Formats: sequence, structure tokens, C-alpha cells
Amino acid sequence: MTKWLLIFAALLVALLVVSFGLGGRKEGALEVIGSTSIEPFAEMLAQEYEKAYPGRYVNVQGGGSTAGIQAAINGIADIGMCSRALKADETGFRDFIIARDGLAIVIHPSNPVSNLTRAQIGKVFAGNITNWRGLGGEDRPIHVISREEGSGTREAFMKLVMGKVRVSRKALTQESNGAVKELVRNDPGAIGYMSLGLAHGLKLVAVDGVAPSTEAALSGKYPLVRPFLFVTRGEPSERAKAFIDYVLSPPAQKLLEQEGLVRAK
Amino acid sequence: MRREKIISLCLLLAALSAISGLALITAFIFKEGLPIMMRAGLGKFVLSSDWYPTEGEFGIFPMIAGSLAVTAGAMVIGVVFGLACAVLLTQFAPPRLVAVVKPSIELLAGIPSVVYGFMGVIILVPFIRDTLGPAMVSLHLAPDPGPGLSVLAASIVLGIMVLPTITSISVDALQAVPRSYREGSLALGATEWQTTHRVLLRAGRSGIVAAIILGMGRAVGETMAVIMVAGNTLDVPHSILAPVRTLTSNIALEMGYAAGDHRKALFATGVVLFVIIMILNTIALAVSRRRAGKAVAR
Amino acid sequence: MRLSPRITQGMAVSGMWLLAGLTLGVLAFIIAFILWHGLPHVTWTFLTESPRAMGREGGVLPMIVGTAWVTGLAVFIAAPIGVATAIYLTEYTREGRLTAVIRFGADCLAGIPSIIFGLFGFVFFVITLGMGLSIISGALTLALMVLPTIIRTSEEAIRAVPASFRDVSFGLGSTRWQMVTQVVLRSAMPGIGTGIVLSIGRSISETAAVMLTAGSALGMPHTAFDSSRTLALHFYVLSREGLSMTNAYATATILILAILLINLAAYWLMRRFVAKVA
Repeated sequence: MTKWLLIFAALLVALLVVSFGLGGRKEGALEVIGSTSIEPFAEMLAQEYEKAYPGRYVNVQGGGSTAGIQAAINGIADIGMCSRALKADETGFRDFIIARDGLAIVIHPSNPVSNLTRAQIGKVFAGNITNWRGLGGEDRPIHVISREEGSGTREAFMKLVMGKVRVSRKALTQESNGAVKELVRNDPGAIGYMSLGLAHGLKLVAVDGVAPSTEAALSGKYPLVRPFLFVTRGEPSERAKAFIDYVLSPPAQKLLEQEGLVRAK
Repeated sequence: MRREKIISLCLLLAALSAISGLALITAFIFKEGLPIMMRAGLGKFVLSSDWYPTEGEFGIFPMIAGSLAVTAGAMVIGVVFGLACAVLLTQFAPPRLVAVVKPSIELLAGIPSVVYGFMGVIILVPFIRDTLGPAMVSLHLAPDPGPGLSVLAASIVLGIMVLPTITSISVDALQAVPRSYREGSLALGATEWQTTHRVLLRAGRSGIVAAIILGMGRAVGETMAVIMVAGNTLDVPHSILAPVRTLTSNIALEMGYAAGDHRKALFATGVVLFVIIMILNTIALAVSRRRAGKAVAR
Repeated sequence: MRLSPRITQGMAVSGMWLLAGLTLGVLAFIIAFILWHGLPHVTWTFLTESPRAMGREGGVLPMIVGTAWVTGLAVFIAAPIGVATAIYLTEYTREGRLTAVIRFGADCLAGIPSIIFGLFGFVFFVITLGMGLSIISGALTLALMVLPTIIRTSEEAIRAVPASFRDVSFGLGSTRWQMVTQVVLRSAMPGIGTGIVLSIGRSISETAAVMLTAGSALGMPHTAFDSSRTLALHFYVLSREGLSMTNAYATATILILAILLINLAAYWLMRRFVAKVA
């Protein structure tokens, strides 16, 4: 039996060594954590960055805007991603606007409703209108989908649409843009809010008569727009600054535009 | 002899690790969570339905109701199916089938919770939303069909997940019943089924109760599958088709970004969970020890 | 209307067979469904490439490596401690208050939900001890989770070794430690192995605790202090966000096949153990 034990231990050590070897000798990766709205774009830019500068690694993870800020505070992340403006009590940060993004109100493609006023949207999410009939649609209960409280997208939604009114307790809570998208995609009665740049395959509701698009967001006609921020605790480190500079550079900004975001400038 | 003493000491240190790990976790959870429970008021914390953590309001009643509802539902399914399997495995199944069924049930226990959740989302949730829900509404069993993400969906998924626990502990309980009980009953002319439900189930009662309680503990503690199929609303569920949030989902959803009082409130939720599970486990332990005591006394 | 006992029995047994059949049917369906959708996509490229576009394209190599690291380290840490605890409880002390306390501690640890481990791991390992979201944070948390299982199975395995083995060993003049390592452990090893193998299975499936401690980075981990995404978490993210159903199914297939293998290994080990001590 000691023979088996030795073989097992040897396999374990071999596993660790091989994994080490597969990765090579590198310094730790740059940790970028936070908003699930920014995450796909940051991931895309990280891959381009790694291609442009072989040997540098960037890890992008989600968790939500406030999670990103917390991660920056705790030192877990080098850069926090935040899809809302920093709050008054969030001090001691350097923030960099890397893009702007529209906030889309999304519904199932089969839903006949096309245009809602901001007031109507507010009432729906507060739970005052509960059937699509009340909005000129089919006779079907409205399933309200919201985000967790730490979400930057939710914060932006609260600021731009709800104001002081609370979201209904009956709202289904999802923890990322992707989860909201999946849910709305599969439920004909659903309504949710998410990043405009990620809302592919869903029907986008026109707000106060203005259909959401990058042009409308850029020109200011579409009212629901929020900033994408990279946030660091104090001054960014060398490595962080390098990545931030890359993200703000013209080729990277062009890439973001192609993907449906609005330029930072 | 000296060498033996050193070895003994090393082993003792290792043995203490388990208890010190537990102590560390318990101390941590309580240290972080208890103060805010006291500050917000235990009654308010547990009974208020206002969970607005970023505004400083911490009422976890909807989550307690959610955990209770989902666990109760899971128990219905878990006990019915799990006990049936246990009885079959011990009383009615031929040995060749037992050799297939028993490992299969253990396999059921090994499937990751995220796979269960996924199957729930793909198959169960649309079914409840589009078929079962409307059917129940037309039969006046529920007020509205709901989004499919519901107490029912979570109960079914959880029921399947805790079933193996209930089955395996019940099997142990039934096998621990002395053979003389079974033989005596059959000798008196009872059928196997009569023997089972009048004699064996009664004799193995405490073990089966322990199985159910441990299954309950597992259902209360499950997180990922529930997040995927329960909907995570902040409302107290009004029917089994209503979406719901459990204590565990609450922690998982908000832990990443919670800070200050909010994080402490999540630890307090952890304290509540911890206490519930400790109570369940202690009851299960006491119940099964009483059974062992009875068996010895015989 | 009183039915004859024979008929009642027939109904009851048929009913139970129906329930059991449904149960097994669900199991078979889940495995078949996942394998049917996923197996065709588990290609060599899938297993050896890194993910691109957040997992929409590419493979899962970093996830396999990350899972192997987290699980391997966790078992590496927990197994010696767990087996040592079991040896202590069975061979080196008498039953008393201390053993009752240790066993109570292990039983309690076993009942704690995984999210609480995640909570603890996040605040203690990741933040307080400053390890960050990393493989080592995940491994330490998982080690705590599987420790009770290893202790329990090892203890049962050691107890099952017949007393005669020990008596013979002492009779031949061995020390206690020699007796334990050369005789008891040698016989109990398959039983202990079962516990370790089951712990590996549990670690691979674990998501909630790993999510909060090892993070969800897509890149290949280079050190134990790097964050890494496990296969189970990757599957969760892919399916939840609708990034790629084919990749999700393929990831789940790898998971299911691993679990099948692990259960088979545990089953085989258990039979060997029973053969040895019966």
C-alpha cells in the first residue's frame, strides 16, 4: 500500500509541476474586477493587450460595480470596474472614464410594446403596473427583472429612472447583465434593464419616443446614459497605468465603439 | 518510547485541527454577525420584511420564509421518493437490482449542484411557466402562473438532491432493525408490506427521522441550484408558483460587494443559518443516539 | 372496502417501484441529456485551448488546470490531517471527553453549508490573510470542507480492521506506530482511499465556496496565488449568461465524466476494502 501512496503523491506533485510548466515563469496577472457591464469589453481589450505585449497578463472578473470598488479597497484588485459614477462617500480613488454606455430597457422579442415613457417604466418597476395590458400590450403579467444592489447598472437605473422610488419587492433579482439577458430572452412577459452594448437579440424599448442606439446615446437624445469607469485606490501602479493607457488609446477606443459603446471623449 | 510520545503529540495536534477549524469558523461568523443582530434588534432582524441593505434596513423575514418553503417542498419529494427507495432496497429488491440501484443513488449525490440547477432552468422552469402554472391557475390552485422560477421549481430540484442522503441513512436504519422483528412478523402470517409498514418502519423510526432531519439540513444549506431556479425576489412567497429568495442565496448574491454594515448583516444571516443547522444536526444526533440506546437496552 | 393484504402489498410495492424508477429515470435522463449535447464537443482542441471572448469560443484548459490545482491542494492538505486525526481517535487514545469533543467538532463541520465556508474563506483567507482571490484560498477553504468526510471514512476503515491484526503485530514486538503504519493502515488503505476519492468528487463539484475564494479568472494560473476558475464555476457562468450552450454542455460533460470515474473508483476501492477485512 505504501507503493500506491507514493504513486499517488508522485502524481500529485507531477500535476502541480506540469501545471507550473504550462504557465511558465511569470509575475502575477493584473487583476481587473467589477462591473458585469464592462466585463466583456475589458476581457476583449485584455486579450488584445496580451497579444500586443506578450508576457503581460490581465485577469478580468465580474461581481458587480460595488464589488469592484470593494476589491480595489481590499487590495484584491488592481483596477476596479464601475459602471456608475462614484458616490459621495467613495473617496480616495483615481477614476478614469474609459467609455460611455446606454442603459437599455429590454423585453422579449415577441412583445408588441415598443415605446414607454420614463414615468411608465418607473411605475412598472415599482410594481404599480402589473399587466402588459396596462401598457397597451397583451393580457399577460409583467415579470420585473432587476439587479442586485451592488450593481452599477442598477444604480444607474435608479438614478435615471426610479429616482427616490424603490424597486418592487416582487422583482426577480439576477446577478449580471448576462443573466438578465438570458431570462428576458426566454420569458415573453419579462422586462429588465441592462447595458445597451450587450443587449443583442432582445427587443429594446424606446424611452420617451427615442429608440436606444449608440448614436442617440452619443448625441444625448437617448436619456439613459452612464459612464464606464476604471477605478484604482490612490494612484494606479505601473502595470495598472499601462493597461489603462492602452484602453484609452485610439485603437482600443475604436474597438469599443465597434462593439456598441460610446467613446470616452 | 520517546519517539512514540512525539508521534502521539503530532497526531493529537492533527486531531485538534478539525475542532479548531470549526471553532475558528464559528467564532468568525458570530463575531462579525452577532453585533449587528443585537444592534438592529433580533426581533426586527428576523421578522422585518424590509431588506434594503444599502439604506441600512436589514429584515430577513422573506428569506427565512423562502428557505422554509423551499425546504418543506424538498422534504415532501425527498421523503416520498427517498423512503420508497430505501424500503425497496432493504425489503423488496433482489440483490442483483440492489447492486445497480444503490450505486446509482450514490451517483445522484455526486452530480454537481450547478448541473441540477441547469437542468431545472432548461426543463423545469419553462414547464412550470408555460404548462403547469396556467393549468394550476385554471384549477384555482394558484392565483397566477408566475415566471416559472418558483418555490416549486426549487423544491423539486432540492428534493432530488437530498434524496440520496435520506435513502442511505434510512437504509442504515432499516438494516439495523433486528432480523427477529421481520422474521417474527412474517411467521405470524403478515405480508412483507404489512411487516414493513407496521413493524420495520416503526422500529427504525428514529433512524428515519434522523435521515429526514439531516436531509433538511442539506436542503437548507444548498445555494447554487436554488439561485438558478428560485427567482430571488424579496417578497414573502404567496403560493408555490411564486419566486422566492433563500437565506443562502441572499449571502451568495450579495457577498461580493457588501461592505461595512451590509457585510455584517450577511454574516448575521450566516449566524441564523448556522443556528438552524446546528439545531437540526443536534436533534438528528440525539434521535439516532436514542435509537442506539434502545437497541442496546433490548 | 377492505382490500386483501396481498393486493395492498401489490399496490404498495408497485407504487414504490414507480417512485424508484422515476428517481433512476431522472438520473439517467440528466446524464444522457448532458452527454448527448456535450460529448460531441469535447474535442482535443476543447481540452487543450484557452477560452476566448469570455468563453464563447475556445476551450477550457485553464479551468482544468485550475480545478486540478484547487482540488489537488485541498486534498493534499486535508488528507494527512484527516487520516492522522482518525489514527489518533482510534489507536492512540481511549474513548473519553476529548474524543467526544473532536468527533462533535468534525460532525458539526460536516453539516455547515458550503456558502458559509465561502463566507469565511472570503473574509479570512482572501482579505484578512491577504491571499487574495487565489487557488490557495480556494484550496484551504475546500480542505476545511472535506476534512470531516476524510476523518469519518478513515475512522470507519481503521475500526473495521480486525483486532486480531493488531494483537498479532504486538505479539511480534512492534511499536504502536509500526503496528499502525505496517498493519492497520495497510489493510485500511482502500477504505481510506474511498474517503479521499469521494472528497475529490465533492471538491470538483463545489461552486459556491470556490466562487468566493478562488475567483473566476479566465486566464491560465501560473502560481498558487493566482485566481482561477474551476470547471463547475465555468459551467455555471457559461449557462447562466447564455455565452455558449455548446461549450456549457461540453464543460458539464467533462464534469459528469469525472464524477462517474470518481464514483467508480470509490466503488472499486470499497469492494477491495471489504474483501480485505471481511
